[in-house]
Amino acid sequence: MADRIRITNVSKSFRTVEAVRNASLTVQTGQVVLIIGPSGSGKSTLLRCVNRLETATSGEIWIDDQLVTDPKGNIRQIREEVGMVFQNFNLFPHLTALQNIALSPRKVKGIPRAQAEERARVLLTRVGLAEKEDSYPDQLSGGQQQRVAIARALAMDPKVMLFDEPTSALDPEMIKEVLDVMLSLAAEGMTMLVVSHEMGFARAAADLVVFMDQGEIIETGTPEQLFDSPKEERTRRFLKHIL
Amino acid sequence: MAQVDQAGKPGPTTTHITISDGALIPDKGEGSFFSAWRISFFGALGLVVLLPVLSPDPYLNILRFLPDGILRTFQVTLISIFFSLIIGLITGLGRISRNVFINRLATVYVEVIRGIPLLVQLFYIYFALGRFLSLDRMVAAILAMSVCYGAYMGEIFRAGIQSIPKGQMEAALALGMSRRQALQLVILPQTMKIILPPIGNEFIALLKDSSLVSIVAVSDLLRRGREYAATTFQYFEAYTMVALIYLVFTLFFSKLVALMEERLDHSGR
Ligand SMILES: Nc1ncnc2c1ncn2[C@@H]1O[C@H](COP(=O)(O)OP(=O)(O)OP(=O)(O)O)[C@@H](O)[C@H]1O
Ligand SMILES: [Mg+2]
Repeated sequence: MADRIRITNVSKSFRTVEAVRNASLTVQTGQVVLIIGPSGSGKSTLLRCVNRLETATSGEIWIDDQLVTDPKGNIRQIREEVGMVFQNFNLFPHLTALQNIALSPRKVKGIPRAQAEERARVLLTRVGLAEKEDSYPDQLSGGQQQRVAIARALAMDPKVMLFDEPTSALDPEMIKEVLDVMLSLAAEGMTMLVVSHEMGFARAAADLVVFMDQGEIIETGTPEQLFDSPKEERTRRFLKHIL
Repeated sequence: MAQVDQAGKPGPTTTHITISDGALIPDKGEGSFFSAWRISFFGALGLVVLLPVLSPDPYLNILRFLPDGILRTFQVTLISIFFSLIIGLITGLGRISRNVFINRLATVYVEVIRGIPLLVQLFYIYFALGRFLSLDRMVAAILAMSVCYGAYMGEIFRAGIQSIPKGQMEAALALGMSRRQALQLVILPQTMKIILPPIGNEFIALLKDSSLVSIVAVSDLLRRGREYAATTFQYFEAYTMVALIYLVFTLFFSKLVALMEERLDHSGR
């Protein structure tokens, strides 16, 4: 299978903090890779380097044949193909669910309004929110907002989806509805890089789990390898914490 | 001067910008019949009506003399507000620009203008610059007011834009939008709602400050009052009416701003 995301020796520093240190990771087309690790270990920073919301200090990131870290590269074109889902949803509060989803296809891709909205309805149905198209974000529950946010990212037809702790701002009873959408995405072959500590999702969908600590990738393995027989002492200690 | 506070999440998140040195804005809590606003507003309005009825000479004569000035005052205020909003938007965007030159330019403009009293700016544009380009007094007045208030509006726009959570810009960029598109489609529409009340406050402040233009002989409300007083020597009566009329207008608009603020608070978006 082809490599979809190739991260090689990426470091990212914020003034004094080295948030990510020499990280390398390859995600193949259709793979689901989960990143776990303690707070402050650099998970979000690494993820945000992939669509250049953070600019890597050194190293290279490739998505297919496009070099994300090329300062002269067309980052907008790359971002069109890389969907991102945030912990706090970040829906646009002044727009309805439907408008949230249709906005970017219309304005970035130039798709006519009627067509963009028709597609948005299909996506809303897909995440189980067909009847919510006219609701504003503040009229939706957290789980519903996150599902709209996923639909919004999918509307750009991305070939990669990034998730930064998509369920950690949610009440427990809403986590499943979001994970179910993510599972169906994974089953359809979407390439996904996910920061999350949802073990159930990891075992059901992840091809690889990556453990990060203090900015470094400590260990990588299948969910079974990493959760059941971790090689590194630091991984073991962390897993004891969260299990 | 603009301070921003954000109410707690979750649910409808409302963000206010309060301008501490603005006009008197009635508190929502002041609902009682004898609120300070009601006493002042109806007191002033009552006097504006009663004085001419009870004592037509001179009050009715004064009241007949002033409407031209009221129109002029509103003309100066509205045109200046319009231009100051445009200047303010450009300045606000300049203040958050990542282009160092544009950023500095906008910041220096704000610093310089805010450091010079409006009256001095007015003199400067009309008399000092008047030596090189002879400006019509109305044009000079509107120019001075717009340039001065543009700087304050710029700070309101900046504070409003910066009060939008960072995640909004990030989400827009992640969807492939340019910074410009993100500002135009995502950030500014949310900013407008937040900055409407402070802009209302600036409008009231400008309405009051517009009385300064009488000094360059624009015949606004104050100037008309002075003209009346100068011919009749009824200074007390003339300036009483002028003051009452300003009061009625500013209190009326303060209430409007307060109502608008309340509605925006409840609508959630
Ligand atoms: N914009 C920033 N400016 C300065 N320091 C930052 C910034 N973003 C992250 N950091 C620092 O970089 C380090 C890694 O942060 P990061 O958010 O990537 O961790 P994380 O693994 O996602 O943590 P969490 O589980 O809490 O989300 C932390 O020390 C953090 O304080
Ligand atoms: Mg994080």
